[in-house]
Amino acid sequence: MEGFGPVEREAAEPVFHAPWEGRVFGLANLALALGVANLDGFRHAIERLPPLTYLSVGYYGRWLRALELLLRERGLLAPGELEARLRDPRAPAAPLASRPLPPAELGAKRPRLREPRFAAGEAVRAANRHPHGHTRLPRYARGRRGTIALVHPEAWLLPDAHAHGDGEHPEPVYAVRFAARELWGEDADPAAWVHLDCFESYLEPLDASRATGGSHGAR
Amino acid sequence: MEHADDLRTEALESLLVEKGLVASEAVDAILRHYEQEVGPLNGARVVARAWSDAAYRRRLLADGTAAIAELGYGGPQGEHIVVVENAPRLHNVVVCTLCSCYPWPVLGLPPAWYKDPAYRSRIVREPRQVLAEMGLALPGDVEIRVWDSSAEIRYLVLPERPAGTEGWSEERLAGLVSRDAMIGVARAAAPRG
Repeated sequence: MEGFGPVEREAAEPVFHAPWEGRVFGLANLALALGVANLDGFRHAIERLPPLTYLSVGYYGRWLRALELLLRERGLLAPGELEARLRDPRAPAAPLASRPLPPAELGAKRPRLREPRFAAGEAVRAANRHPHGHTRLPRYARGRRGTIALVHPEAWLLPDAHAHGDGEHPEPVYAVRFAARELWGEDADPAAWVHLDCFESYLEPLDASRATGGSHGAR
Repeated sequence: MEHADDLRTEALESLLVEKGLVASEAVDAILRHYEQEVGPLNGARVVARAWSDAAYRRRLLADGTAAIAELGYGGPQGEHIVVVENAPRLHNVVVCTLCSCYPWPVLGLPPAWYKDPAYRSRIVREPRQVLAEMGLALPGDVEIRVWDSSAEIRYLVLPERPAGTEGWSEERLAGLVSRDAMIGVARAAAPRG
């Protein structure tokens, strides 16, 4: 998306701009710890907000609406319950039918059970895949060629599955180096690169003879 | 009609407390942690240590998470931290285009601009232009690496040590290291003459 204008920096910015932002941050973190959703499911809930809402309500406005959405979907907030409480502070809270189950294991890192498929320096192509659900492969990289810059240690929960409650499916993750010109066309900056973290299943091997290459020695 | 977010949040918290799902004191404790205990000073101490101690710098670049833990920092959004080092001809800058992932243990919570669509959409597309607009002009032959933290790995930029700081204590050096320098949208501050 384009047309957002300059990046506006704020001097002496507070951590939270209003008390409610901090309350939402705390509530959402507690909800995740309770097992209302996992982090991937929470990110997906934010992505499921209507696009105009997403762009207009601000960062913690998105958190608030995503939290409400997940609480309703899990049956922890009854339909109309929040609205009733807003109209009348004495409106009763609906009883809980069941409590969420806290996650068995925290974090996203898991032991690596097999060797990674790719090695540093190898040429790859990001899959051209447009799933309806959650994914962490941004649209700008789909179908583009890059090289493996870093093989990150261990294996990591696959958000595409985990967000939907379809299990952990840990995979190796790589930082893949893409030339700006490969991503944005020939007018792009010849000395700019994007290093994007990609789950292994996002990547396909590319014939070495067709690799665009990239210098790894600049550091 | 939709109520303002402050009222919605207050109503939501009151319901969750009455249902026994959360305690307001637990929310208070999280706020206290991120408002008072965690912030960019943590990262600045890591950078100052790396500038002062060559062996620490090597450990930091080889295994950022472990070297950062040596200073007592870790926790949510810091499961695996990679430190990327700037050089005269190489500049690193960090973004999360898909949401707003950020290395909380060393930088605290992200500033508003980091979370806004303008930064997230533009820094991958025209980094040199965005950095220049933000006050960091880089010659065309300086390689720019934009790190898009799309998985659970978090990135911290190790800026170049400013000239004229030879013999400075770590504490004094840390005062030159801004949050923006560790995201990669600024340099470390020059010492005041």
